[in-house]
Amino acid sequence: MQVKEEKKDISNSDFWKNKIKEKIEKRKTISQLYNKEELERLHVEEINWYENVYKPWIKNSPELKSKFETASGIEIKPIYTPWDVKHIDYLKDIGFPGSFPFTRGIYPSMYRGKLWTIREFSGFGTPEDTNKRLKFLLEHGETGLSIAFDMPTLYGYDADSPRALGEVGKMGVSVSSLKDMEILFKGIPMDQITTSMTINAPAVVIFAMYIVAAEKQGVPMEKLSGTIQNDILKEYIAQKEWAYPPEIHLRIIKDIMEFCTKHMPKWNYISVSGYHIREAGSSAIQELAFTLMDGFTYMDLGISAGLDPNVFATRISFFFNSTMDFFEEIAKFRAARRIWSEVLREKYKVTNPRALWLRFHTQTSGASLTWQQPLNNLIRTAIEALAAVLGGTQSLHTNAYDEALSLPKEDAALLAVRTQQIIAHETNVASTIDPLAGSYYIEWLTDKLEEEAYKYFDKIEELGGMVEAIKKGFPQKEIIENAYRQALKVENKESIIVGVNEYVDKTEKILNIFKTYPEVEKIQKESLAELKKTRNNEKVKKALEEVRKAFEDPSINIVYPILKAVKVYATLQEIMDIGRELYGGWKEPELL
Amino acid sequence: MEAGKNLSYYRELISKLPKKIRILVAKPGLDAHDRGVHVLLRAFRDVGMEVVYSGILATVDEIVQTAIDEDVDVIALSSMNGAHMVHFPAVINKLKEKGASDIVVVGGGIIPEEDKPKLEAIGVTGNFGPGTSLAIIIEHILNRVIKERLKIY
Repeated sequence: MQVKEEKKDISNSDFWKNKIKEKIEKRKTISQLYNKEELERLHVEEINWYENVYKPWIKNSPELKSKFETASGIEIKPIYTPWDVKHIDYLKDIGFPGSFPFTRGIYPSMYRGKLWTIREFSGFGTPEDTNKRLKFLLEHGETGLSIAFDMPTLYGYDADSPRALGEVGKMGVSVSSLKDMEILFKGIPMDQITTSMTINAPAVVIFAMYIVAAEKQGVPMEKLSGTIQNDILKEYIAQKEWAYPPEIHLRIIKDIMEFCTKHMPKWNYISVSGYHIREAGSSAIQELAFTLMDGFTYMDLGISAGLDPNVFATRISFFFNSTMDFFEEIAKFRAARRIWSEVLREKYKVTNPRALWLRFHTQTSGASLTWQQPLNNLIRTAIEALAAVLGGTQSLHTNAYDEALSLPKEDAALLAVRTQQIIAHETNVASTIDPLAGSYYIEWLTDKLEEEAYKYFDKIEELGGMVEAIKKGFPQKEIIENAYRQALKVENKESIIVGVNEYVDKTEKILNIFKTYPEVEKIQKESLAELKKTRNNEKVKKALEEVRKAFEDPSINIVYPILKAVKVYATLQEIMDIGRELYGGWKEPELL
Repeated sequence: MEAGKNLSYYRELISKLPKKIRILVAKPGLDAHDRGVHVLLRAFRDVGMEVVYSGILATVDEIVQTAIDEDVDVIALSSMNGAHMVHFPAVINKLKEKGASDIVVVGGGIIPEEDKPKLEAIGVTGNFGPGTSLAIIIEHILNRVIKERLKIY
């Protein structure tokens, strides 16, 4: 850990206003790449085409809609020409892969050197069940693991909690103690795979269990490679799985950042997530803006802990959604990379090129899937996956076609992996880097999304930053309003969803779905009861006292006592309850 | 949406009812998937119902108590993570226990076909999946409220 000698001026709220002004001013200029006279002649010709060709044409054969727009509501013109991108300075705004501002991708050779990681989010039932599914996926060519935990685990409750009733092992795997984690990774070499864990409020406890389970396999934590989501801000904004008030969670995240900077150089300790923001109903613009603003908030947090942004920013990764507006999604990924690297360089004075990389995982959109005509979801997912690949993702989860109804059946999960393999090996899209660069539309849209995101950054800054904005319910309400707008569009058939509000098949039969078996709860409860009987409860008590001390004294890094506590098999809830007792939970602001 | 019936049709119809319809939208259990309920809350409000929201992570006791305190006509339960067969019957039982079985209960979320008859048998009707037309949901609620609460027809 390096301590900065002086505090940086990061509270300058004019930064965003200046960036917006800079972007708007720039649009009026003409890049040196163009011959100005020729470009202006083109513009005149374009106007002529509109007046003399296009308009008479659509007068005779009217267009299908009075207005075309992206999913975010950006109006789409019939064509884009060099005039729309005349201001773009190739070297400054687009650049080369692996070079600032990384619009074309973070690595110089992208998929020519290494394909994206096929990483399927997976988990259900008991740790034994999920262990089996993980091995199945690895055998069929999956290249990284991604663990889904059940709802009690996500909220920090044990399988035997009254609050867990009916939810154990339903939406993910049930993990209440180190014992469960050991079973989950039994026979999977933890030094050879990378694991991503979607865990937030109780991230520190699950992370500690992972470290100790690896240690028991003989793998030291320095060698572990993977990700914990650990992005609490988007929990308050969208996913809504919190345990404590924001300040308490942020303090724990800060401790994790310090701990990893010291001990785990290959671990991604925050995956700043737009996925859930989008699933909750946001637009692409909101996903982009809120996610990156969350990222900047974690930058501030690391700096406040005295960490060097040139070091710790290299371990912050991102997680985006890929949904159905194909070009807007691709533009979103490109804009995200450019914004992140520009802001880190200009606002946070980051100089290490690696720290400027926006590395991201993508998941295709669950919300875009329909329970009606579920095989249609195969096509939706393939299109969304292609957008993610053309957008330069580092890893990808493709949803299974039956996921609007339940967790995936094994054959559906396998088809999802095959979708990625077909894109990777049969389409040839991975052979050249960022092939859509230079498309007038894509470049114009990338710019437009960037500009709209900056407007949101400024707005959130004016509200006092992301934490304050969350307490006021600002991002939450913005998302809900957008979700409602989208729902009304479907209701009025302004948006067509095939098989839902058009091309409906009234004879269709409901698909045979995957079901977890009802005994999971009982099995997990019994396993936990057995553990509580056989572990050294004196040691557990002592270890929990140490955790309590760390909760009460922020100068103690809480990761260390939690590591000790999970090692003696203190349970997830025993640890999480200490914080709940001390600080209470969190009540959402009024969102109606 | 049914032909010719959009939200303004229902707004008009509701405005003519003798009493305002009060509806509690509730999410029992550890279920944070609240996109659907927020859309419904806005749609119900827009057609002229008075809406109350339980917030996420509501317990069955809290839901029933809120329904009684707020004097609602309808409870709309949402469950997206497979715990509906635990929580929905619990709400029905609690209502009985509290002598409030006259409150209409409807459900929605990810509810497998085979569970729907079981829920209907205990009085939880609708049980609509994601993407169901808002008009169909509103129509269903109106039919039950008009018949069972307002006793107009």
